[in-house]
Amino acid sequence: MEILVCIKQVPGTTEVEVDEKTGVLKRDGIDSKTNPYDLFAIETALRMKESKGAKVGVISMGPPQAKEVIREAFMMGADEGVLLTDRRFAGADCLATAYTLSQGIKKAGNPDLIICGKMTTDGDTAQVGPEIAEFLNIPHVANVKRIIEIKKKSIVVEMDMPDTVEIAEVQYPCLITVDKDIYQPRLPSFKRKLATKDKEIVEYSLDDLEDKNEKNYGLNGSPTQVKRIFPPEIDTTHVMWKGSSDELADKVFGKLKELKFI
Amino acid sequence: MAKIIVHQDKVTNPEELTSLCPFSAIEYNDGNLEINAACKMCMICVKKGPEGVFEYIEEEVKTVDKSKWKGIAVYVDHVEGDIHPVTFELIGKAKELAAKIKQPVYCLFAGHNIKSKAHEILHYGVDEVFVYDYEELEDFRIEPYTAVFEDFIKNINPTIVLVGGTTLGRSLAPRVAARFRTGLTADCTILDVQENTDLDQIRPAFGGNIMAHIHTPNHRPQFATVRYKIFSAPERSEKPSGKVTLCDIEEEKLDSKIKVLDVKKKEKVESLEDAEVIVVAGRAVKKEEDLNMINELADLLGAQTAGTRPLIEAGWVDPRKQIGLSGRTVKPKLIITCGVSGAVQFVAGMNNSDCIIAINKDENAPIFNVAHYAVVGDIYEVVPKLIEKIKNGELSVNQLMDNKKIVAGAK
Repeated sequence: MEILVCIKQVPGTTEVEVDEKTGVLKRDGIDSKTNPYDLFAIETALRMKESKGAKVGVISMGPPQAKEVIREAFMMGADEGVLLTDRRFAGADCLATAYTLSQGIKKAGNPDLIICGKMTTDGDTAQVGPEIAEFLNIPHVANVKRIIEIKKKSIVVEMDMPDTVEIAEVQYPCLITVDKDIYQPRLPSFKRKLATKDKEIVEYSLDDLEDKNEKNYGLNGSPTQVKRIFPPEIDTTHVMWKGSSDELADKVFGKLKELKFI
Repeated sequence: MAKIIVHQDKVTNPEELTSLCPFSAIEYNDGNLEINAACKMCMICVKKGPEGVFEYIEEEVKTVDKSKWKGIAVYVDHVEGDIHPVTFELIGKAKELAAKIKQPVYCLFAGHNIKSKAHEILHYGVDEVFVYDYEELEDFRIEPYTAVFEDFIKNINPTIVLVGGTTLGRSLAPRVAARFRTGLTADCTILDVQENTDLDQIRPAFGGNIMAHIHTPNHRPQFATVRYKIFSAPERSEKPSGKVTLCDIEEEKLDSKIKVLDVKKKEKVESLEDAEVIVVAGRAVKKEEDLNMINELADLLGAQTAGTRPLIEAGWVDPRKQIGLSGRTVKPKLIITCGVSGAVQFVAGMNNSDCIIAINKDENAPIFNVAHYAVVGDIYEVVPKLIEKIKNGELSVNQLMDNKKIVAGAK
């Protein structure tokens, strides 16, 4: 069985600020880490590898620096790593990112199972996983909370729905996105770090992919465009209410209603 | 292809220019200034760099005939016909947007044995509800639901599609958007529309630390998801308006490689960090049984109960429900502290909450420094009265609904 995990390098912190004059993010380029949600995806794949025997690869799209997150996946136990890196991938929104990854996944040899984290901490969209599945024309299950059974030709999972939990059996090839806390991610091992320090990371550029039309990638392949970014308004309300307990309860009640908590 | 090019002949201080990019995408190699794959197309080098060195080259973009796409569609999120309230909130927003551009509001309702439920939606002022009622749609499976959504869009050509940001909507919307190779903006908190039907979408990113204004200028339809409790639902009108249309789809399109084996009710074992609303009991709670009123308030608000250290030490509250430096750090949408004085150790664990309502007898309690709403009063008086009001408030709304049903039934 072949499993491929999609991972992303994200800023080390979400405590970012916007430069109000230029409207550009203030962040230093070095501080970055593996998207925390992806660690659950890697862990899920590694557990399957240990229980059923599987080859676990990881794939990422990003600048050359993103090799670091692939190295980290090696330290956790991943067997192979692919980085999709090309200037022409720059400025991609969810759709273009998903398309690029789907092209990379085809190139990497169509695995039986693709696992994504639930979302990233910088974009917070949770869209890339389902969009990859669409481009590969395979079924997907999002928000998997539990793996129930790994069969030869299918996987049985528990998926989170608005008010219910669905137990679903999905045939391979398929894609799942896993929720946080599905398993506790292991720490990278120093031993594996030494053992994998020269391990090859396969790099693909646009020219290696099946679809070589530049218009489908990066900024050009992105239907959504960011008009501007700005800091959120912070609620600076600061009021004190005094009076009889009836009046106070009334005020709190009114506020809760206004804020739609009732 | 849109790109940034470097005019090498105008470069005078290459090393210095590499520091211009916040993403370290500018490299200086063998006497040439190059832009690598880390480029985010933020244009800061074009704006901030010396004139003429960095140039943004735009290519002619494919445009779409926007007049061919009309109407605002809302996806009806439901489980076995029980419509999720986010649907009505989206209908409310859709009506507002539709009025601006003078276009109709549509709903897509897909499921099994739902025909009768579709008429309920007509009480909220939509123009047409399109119903796909098939056995294959009984449980949510991605392929048949995507197929139905695709069929609907191909027939109706809506310019905007709104989907609830539930776990289901967040799985379905990207799939459909990708099928049409169009844009989808997740978790919008503000939506507005331009005269040319372009949708202005504002959403938080980086865990809410920045806001992004996003648009989809050259693609249709424009997809957006919105979470529950962001917009307001319109009043239910007694008189239905609009119509319900049953739709057909070729059954082979409803095939799926997913088999649903079981559907279970969700167990609620939320961790404190995941709670959207928290009610905290503080030292002013005198006896263990007095926690009942705190719990009752929490239940009415769908909240979790938490405690401060003294109550944990007394063994009245589960240690996993302790907020503060020695407990959990929380950032709920609403936190109501009841008789909490606000020691530094406690405040550090909750001061990033979106809305803080603090109830305390002592007007000088430090908790009031971080509270948005400081309620100076005794919890033993204010909390029971608040509980009473919430209960009565709920009752009157329900009674109103029941009355309406009776009236509707009489007709």
